Order: sequence, then C-alpha cells, then structure tokens
Amino acid sequence: MTIQRIKWDEAAARDIIAAHAHLDGAALPILHAIQETFGYVPDDALPLIADALNISRADIYGVVTFYHDFRREPPGRRVVKVCRAEACQSMGGRESAAALLGACGVDWGETSADGAITIEAVYCLGLCAVAPAALIDGEPLGRADAARLIAAVAEGAS
Amino acid sequence: MSAVKIFVPDDVAALALGADKVARAIAAEADKRGVEIQIVRNGSRGMAWLEPLVEVQTAFGRIGYGPVSAADVAVLFEAGFLDGGAHPLRIGKPEEHPFLLRQTRLTFARVGIVDPLSVEDYVAHGGLLGLKRALEIGAAATLEEITKSGLRGRGGAGFPTGIKWNTVADAKADQKYVVCNADEGDSGTFADRMIMEGDPMVLIEGMAICAFAVGATKGFVYSRSEYPHANAKFEKALAAVRAKGGLGQGAFGPYSFFDIELRIGAGAYVCGEETALLESLEGKRGVVRAKPPLPAHKGLFGKPTVINNVLSLATASWILANGAQAYADFGMGRSRGTMPIQLAGNIKYGGLFETAFGVSLGELVNDIGGGTSTGRSVRAVQVGGPLGAYFPPALFDTPFDYEAFAARDGLIGHGGVVVFDDSVDMLEQARFAMEFCAVESCGKCTPCRIGSTRGAETIDKIALGERPEANIALVEDLCKTMKMGSLCALGGFTPYPVLSALKHFPDDFARVPRVAAE
Repeated sequence: MTIQRIKWDEAAARDIIAAHAHLDGAALPILHAIQETFGYVPDDALPLIADALNISRADIYGVVTFYHDFRREPPGRRVVKVCRAEACQSMGGRESAAALLGACGVDWGETSADGAITIEAVYCLGLCAVAPAALIDGEPLGRADAARLIAAVAEGAS
Repeated sequence: MSAVKIFVPDDVAALALGADKVARAIAAEADKRGVEIQIVRNGSRGMAWLEPLVEVQTAFGRIGYGPVSAADVAVLFEAGFLDGGAHPLRIGKPEEHPFLLRQTRLTFARVGIVDPLSVEDYVAHGGLLGLKRALEIGAAATLEEITKSGLRGRGGAGFPTGIKWNTVADAKADQKYVVCNADEGDSGTFADRMIMEGDPMVLIEGMAICAFAVGATKGFVYSRSEYPHANAKFEKALAAVRAKGGLGQGAFGPYSFFDIELRIGAGAYVCGEETALLESLEGKRGVVRAKPPLPAHKGLFGKPTVINNVLSLATASWILANGAQAYADFGMGRSRGTMPIQLAGNIKYGGLFETAFGVSLGELVNDIGGGTSTGRSVRAVQVGGPLGAYFPPALFDTPFDYEAFAARDGLIGHGGVVVFDDSVDMLEQARFAMEFCAVESCGKCTPCRIGSTRGAETIDKIALGERPEANIALVEDLCKTMKMGSLCALGGFTPYPVLSALKHFPDDFARVPRVAAE
C-alpha cells in the first residue's frame, strides 16, 4: 500500500479545514487531515488554519511543532516507522533499526537522497509481544529482525 | 450444508505476522475446493506466539491451529481442518489451552471470541447486560456499585474509580464529559489496543454506563496515531452501534443522549497524562496542567470530566453486569478484581494474561511466560512501562499488587511486563529512560525538561568511566529532584527505571576509565 499524496493546493486545504472546523478542539483533526492529504503540514497551511479557528499563527505553529507526528517537510515516497522502545530493545530492536538506517543511508527522521524512503522513530506500536516491530506505510511488521525488516521494506518498494 | 465458520484474527499483532495473507489463502483454497466458508475476523486470544491463530467452528466446538502461515493453508485443508482434523499446528480448543485456562478473564471475556463489529454477537455473549442493569438500578446505585467493586484506575495511577465518578456526579454543570484515555504509550502494553480491536463495544458500553451515572452527554476516546488499526476498528464499531440506532440517536439500550467521538493524538507520549490529554483534545499543545483544579471539577473545556483508561471503563461493564461483590471477590489487599497483564519483550509465551491481583512476578515470567524467547537467562524485568522500575530475579516473589510493587520502589502501572535476557546493558537502559523523558517532556517544569537531558549526559560520563562515584551520586541527586519537583509522572517517575538499574545492577555502571587524566 503506497500512500497517495497530492501537491500543495490551497483550495483543497481550505476544503479540509472547513470540513473539520466545526469540531470541538479542531486543531489536531485538521492537522491530521492536512498531513494525510499532502504528506506533511505545509507552512502555507498554518495561516489558513489559524484564521479558521480564530487563533494566532503563533498558536497553531506551537501546536504543529509540539507533536512528533507532524512533518514540516514532504516525506519520502515510503514512510517506515520503527519502534525504539524497551520491549523492542529487549529483542534486538536497536540492532535491526541500525541495520535499516544503514541500508538506507539515513538517520532517524531523515529522507533518503533519492526521496524513496523516510524512516521515523516511534515509541511503541503495541506489538510488544511480537517485538521488534515496525509500520511500513501503515502495514505492521512483527519479529522484525534486521533481515526481515530490510526484506519487508525492499519488498514493499518493488 | 451451511458455510463453515473460520476465525482469522485481525488484531494487529496477528496482522504483523501475516494474518491477512493467511485469510486470503484460506479464501482462495476454499474457493478452489468448492467449499463454502465464512471468514470472521476476530480479535486475538492473546497468545502471541501462536499468531496467526486460526480457529474453525466444528460440531464439537472451536478448534485452533497456530501459528499458521499462508504456506500451511493447503496442507491444513488436506488434513481436514474444517472438521478439526489432526495436524502438527492443531492446539485443540483454545479455551482449554493452559495459558487461557489459568486466567480469569473478566475485562477480556469476549476478546478473541466474538466478531468485534457485530452488535448481535456482542449481545449474544453477554454484552449490554451492564448498561441494562445500570439503567434499571439508577445512577446513584450505579455509582455505588463502582465504588463497592474497589475498581482502581487501570491506566497506571490506581486511583479509585468510584471516587472519580462520584466527584463528577456531584458537580453541577450544564455539560459534563466522559473521556477515555486510550493513549496507551507505555512500551510493553497493548491491552487497550486489544480491547479496541477485539471487543470495542465493551468500551462503548462502559462509557455509556459512566455517562449515565455521572450525567454526561458527550464522550471522547483519545487514542494514538501509532494504533491505526485499532482506531479504524473502533470507528467501525461506533458506526455499527449507530446503525442499530444507538449512540446519540436511538438506543444502544434505551440510553440515547450519549455520543462518542474518536480523536487521535499525534505521537506525544506525555498526552497519556490526563491533563496533557485534555489540552490536546482542546486542540492545544499537550502541556501538563497544574492540579488542582482536578479534571473532575474543571476538565475538558473547563467542564466536569471523568477521565478513565480503556480498561477501567471496559471493566465497568462487567461490574455492572455481574455485581460489585463478584468483582471485589478477586484480588488481594487494596487491589481488587483482575488485571489484564501484558507479557512482552524477550519472553517465550508472550501475550495477554488477565488474572486476579496477587500472582507473583516470577510466576508470570517463568511459569506462565516460559522465560526468555532467546533461551538465555532472565536478567531484568521492567514492569509498568518506561517509567517503571527494573526488577532482578531476586525480586520475583513480589506479588502483582499496587502496594507490593510500591513497597519495593516499583509500580505496576498499566500492567506491562517487559523481559530482558542477560545480554542487556542496564546502564544503557538507564540512559534510555532519561533520553526518552527528554524527547517526550512537555517542557512545562524544569526538573523534567532540563533534568532528563542532564541525566542522560551524566550517565554518558559514567559510561566513559569519568569520576564514576561522583557522577552516580549526581544522578541519584538529580533523580530525587525530578521525583519531588516534577509536575507529572513523566519527570516524576523517570527516576524509577534509573534508580532501580543503579540499585539492582551496579556492576553495569562500573566502567573502566577511558584515560588516566594528568
């Protein structure tokens, strides 16, 4: 499953914001929907959200930057979230994560030079009894030792 | 002949091991053979090492096979698994498996058994009895039941649920809220997720009971972005209930003025702290609030709010259906009832083990969990998530009970048990605890925001053998400051893993100095 994303489009962003603005505490639902559509939260979206929610640009900037999930830059074509928390550590998660980062030539949170892949750290996917674990474009992978993790990432890319 | 019912879990742990491929292979093989089957996507029974665990409904009950891979499917058909035929993967009736036989499943009574999205199946397996009884006995008696059951907050803090509910019930306001904390961020825990994927309606029912008892009309479930499958499942369950005329329209039971909205966090661990969660729900940065005021008085949007963990609310359904005394009869001391314990990490038989309070840590790790999955010896067990203490095997006689763990400078938290084998470096684990706190700190209070970074730096110095005694003393002093001076449990409890590592595994902190200076 490759996630479809569209390029920045102000009209589309306004539609998304309008569809959620009626919710109580609408900021997070809007930001999630924006990121789902564009792959990240473009700077251009912030004044639109601030305007719709009647808050300052500083406020919405503060919200976007507080949460680890929200990206400020477009990600690679594929996004792999690798768990770094204790249960995965106990099953060699540090080693398999290092192997994947090495194979892709990136560090945590970075996108490979060819734009193919972004690798993000997460702290717990709730897959602690089948550790180590990762989410590859939203698809879960358990018992993800280095070989299985790299193979699964490569398989999805083909 | 009617279609044979085959259960293939779509709990995310089963999916992570290929359950979707197995389901597709079963459908294809049945098609090829011209056999009529019906595939039900159930939750997980909680035996992770057997996933994907496929079950077939036979004339003499459900028969399990696991772990099944797509490659096994044709052979299983050949072996007559549709009639419960013999095969090396056959485990017999799942409910007779020793791992399940030893449990007391109250909160998890239906998980892995029912079709999570079927209201009919939910009701056929005892669902809605709790809400019905609550409506019969009235709000005051419902509050009394929760209080008498001795239920304590399963999120980790262990605060008596009855007191919380009563406080909100007593508060006067035009609007009250029920907020479910499903921001299950602790590593080693997945019980909330399993409820949302395996029996989401029990949570909906529990929230409706709570709303009825305290006089709330609106509920929010605050879940995590790391749980996309659980969220999708819960959203579908809400839709299924609405389609039956329930939740806010007609009747999930006759209680019609309550509605629930699912909200998703954005990767901030601190939002599992109740006041940070409320800020986040309001659309703000997830910064911890100072208490008082308590959320029960001034919670979401300043209104009286019950904020409870998934397990607490789900358990309320069981308590109302079966009576407070039936629940309180389980457990030890002030820890009444059962705890869904999660066996995780480097453990042979990992998964969900619900049992009465009082089982010893050693029993959980060795007898039930079978020791490590790597086959090496157990060296450390972290109980209660990233803010929980590391216990050595010498403390394996500790009973699973809020007070017993506290007496040994630990906590049971949300019931996660993460096992490490003897290859673990406890200095590295202590450093990670500080690093995690630094990454996740909301920044409001100094001991947490600055202390965690200084803690990681100081542990790095110990790792290099720089003035180890002085630096260990510094870390201990820093931990004291964080414990006493932090606003919430993130900064306040990070000292647990750090100090327990120092106390129980001092050898790991005795590093050889890099250079003899001067």
